Amino acid sequence: MTGVLFTPLTPGNHMRRRYGARPMRQVVESFIKPNDRLTSFERLELYNRQYWFRVLDSLYDDFPGLRAVLGEAAFMRLAEAYLVKHPSTSFSMRNLGHALEKFVRARPKFAGRRLTLTLDIVRLEWAQIEAFDNEAMSALTSDDFLDTPLDRLRVRLQPHVILLSAAYPVDLLILAAKRADAGLRGEASNAMEEAPEHTPQAAIPLPKREPIFLAVHRHDNTVYFKRLEPEAFAIVCALRDGATVEAACARALRRADPAIDWASKVREWFSNWAQLGWFCRRKA
Amino acid sequence: MPANPFNNFTSYGIGIGLRIPHYRHILEQKPVVDWFEIISENFMVDGGRPLEVLDRILEQYRVVQHGVSMYFGNADRPSREHLKRLKTLVKRTKTPWLSDHLCWGSVDGRYTHDLLPMPYTFASARTTAKNIREVRDYLETPICVENVSSYAEFHASNMTEWEFLSEVVELADCGILLDVNNIYVSSRNHDFNPYDYVNGVPHHRVGQIHIAGHTKFEKYILDTHDHPVLDPVWKLYDHAVRLSGHTATLLEWDAHIPSFHEVHDEALKANQYLGEVEAAEKAGAVAARR
Repeated sequence: MTGVLFTPLTPGNHMRRRYGARPMRQVVESFIKPNDRLTSFERLELYNRQYWFRVLDSLYDDFPGLRAVLGEAAFMRLAEAYLVKHPSTSFSMRNLGHALEKFVRARPKFAGRRLTLTLDIVRLEWAQIEAFDNEAMSALTSDDFLDTPLDRLRVRLQPHVILLSAAYPVDLLILAAKRADAGLRGEASNAMEEAPEHTPQAAIPLPKREPIFLAVHRHDNTVYFKRLEPEAFAIVCALRDGATVEAACARALRRADPAIDWASKVREWFSNWAQLGWFCRRKA
Repeated sequence: MPANPFNNFTSYGIGIGLRIPHYRHILEQKPVVDWFEIISENFMVDGGRPLEVLDRILEQYRVVQHGVSMYFGNADRPSREHLKRLKTLVKRTKTPWLSDHLCWGSVDGRYTHDLLPMPYTFASARTTAKNIREVRDYLETPICVENVSSYAEFHASNMTEWEFLSEVVELADCGILLDVNNIYVSSRNHDFNPYDYVNGVPHHRVGQIHIAGHTKFEKYILDTHDHPVLDPVWKLYDHAVRLSGHTATLLEWDAHIPSFHEVHDEALKANQYLGEVEAAEKAGAVAARR
C-alpha cells in the first residue's frame, strides 16, 4: 500500500492510472474494498492525495527562498522529484528537507542556470530549520576563556549556530521572500487537508554575486543571520572543527593585512560571540 | 467513572489543543483552562522556542500528551530513537497518560505522516497490542489508543472496527481515547451505525474523549478539524459519556483556527452533557448509600 501512496499524483492531483506495468485499479482492488459511492481506486486516492499534499506543503512552507529563486512551477517539480528519491525517514516533517542540498548537487538540472544560487539558498533555509530548535548547551562566558591558556583551549560551537559561506547575499533574499510570503510550516496534527491553495509569491529581484560569510544562530529563541568578516568566519570554522583558540586565530590570520589591529578585532569578536552564547565546552 | 487506571486515576474535565495561534493569548492572558493537550511531536525537539513555550505553559497548566506518529499498528517494533525522545518529553510534562492512534503509518523507516487504517484481523491486533505494551513499559505511563477516522477498508478485515479496537485494548490492557467525531466520520464513510460502535467498546477503558468538526463532501466526509462540532457528533458524545461516565474531553481544532475564546467556548459546550452525567452519577451514589 505504501508503494501506491508514495507514487506521485498526476498534474491534476489524481492518483496515477498505472502502478508500474499494472493498471492501478487492479492493484488497489486486490486489497481495498469499494463501497456504493466510491471505488477502491477512489478510496485509496484520498490517502494518496493526502500524502502528497502534506509533504509538498511542508517543503513549500520551509523553503520560500528556494521558491523565489526557481519559481513556483520549477520548485514543485524539484520538490516532487526530491520526495520520490528521499521520502521522509523521520517522525517529524521538520526533517523533510535534510537531503535537499545533496539532491540538487546530484540532479543540477532542477536548478536550471542558477545552481550556485539554488545551493546557497537551500543551505541557508536548512540552516534556519536547524538553528530554530537545535540544542542549546550551557554557554561559555568571557571569563571562561580566561581560565585556560589559549593554546590549550578548545571550544565547541553551539548546535544551534550554523556557519555557511555563500556566493550570493542569500540572507537578504530570504528576508525578502519571507516578507512576500507569510507561510510557516504547520504543526503536526491528525487532521486531513483539502488541496492546499497557495497564492504565488510576488516576483522578488534575485541578487547579484557577492560572497558572504554567515552564522545562522538562535538568540532568545529567535533565529538571526549574522554576517561575519572572512577572518572571523575562518576563526569560528576552525574552532568548530576542533582547533585551539590560538591555532584557530593563527590559521585565520595567516595572510591577513598586517596594517590592521587584529588583536583588538579578535578580542571584540570573541566578546561578542561569548555574549551571544555561541560556544560551549567540548565533550570530555 | 471519572478516573480509571488508563488516565492514571485523574479526573480532568474539558481541555483544548495547544496551538501556535493561541500562544500569545494564553501566555499573556492566562485564561482558565482545565488542561491542554499537546501534540508530542511538536515538542520532541532539542531546544528553542517550542520548549520555552511549553515550559511556560507547564508553569500554569496541566498538559496531556497526544501523539501522531507512534503508529502502534506498524508491523515493525516502535523506534527506540522515537521512544527516547518521547520519554524525555514525558518527564518534562509529567503527562498523566499518553495517547496515540490505532493505525499504521511507516514501513521500513519511511514515513507517510498519515494515520492509515488497519486490516481488522486477529494477527494485526496481536502485533498492535505488543507494540502498545512495549511503548507503555518503556515510557512507564498509561496509554490510551485513539480510533482514527478512515476512508478505506481492507478485504482482509474479518471483524468490525470496534471489535478490533476492543480486541487490541484487551490484549494490551490499555485505555481508549474515544474520538466520537472519528466514529461519526467513519460511520458515514463505511455505512455503519455509530451507536453500535460506542455501545461495542469496553467503557471502563475509556480514559479520554475527543470531539472535533469535520467537512462533508458529496461522497464522503473528511476529518478536517476546522469547524465547530456538529450536532450528530454532540449526540454521539452525549451517548458516549452516559456509558463511560464523566470523562476527560478535548476539542481538536487544527485548521482555520479561530480565536482562543471561540475554540474554548466550543469545547465548554461539552459541560452540558458532562453535567447531566455527573448529576446522574451523584444521584446513583446517593441512592446506593441509602
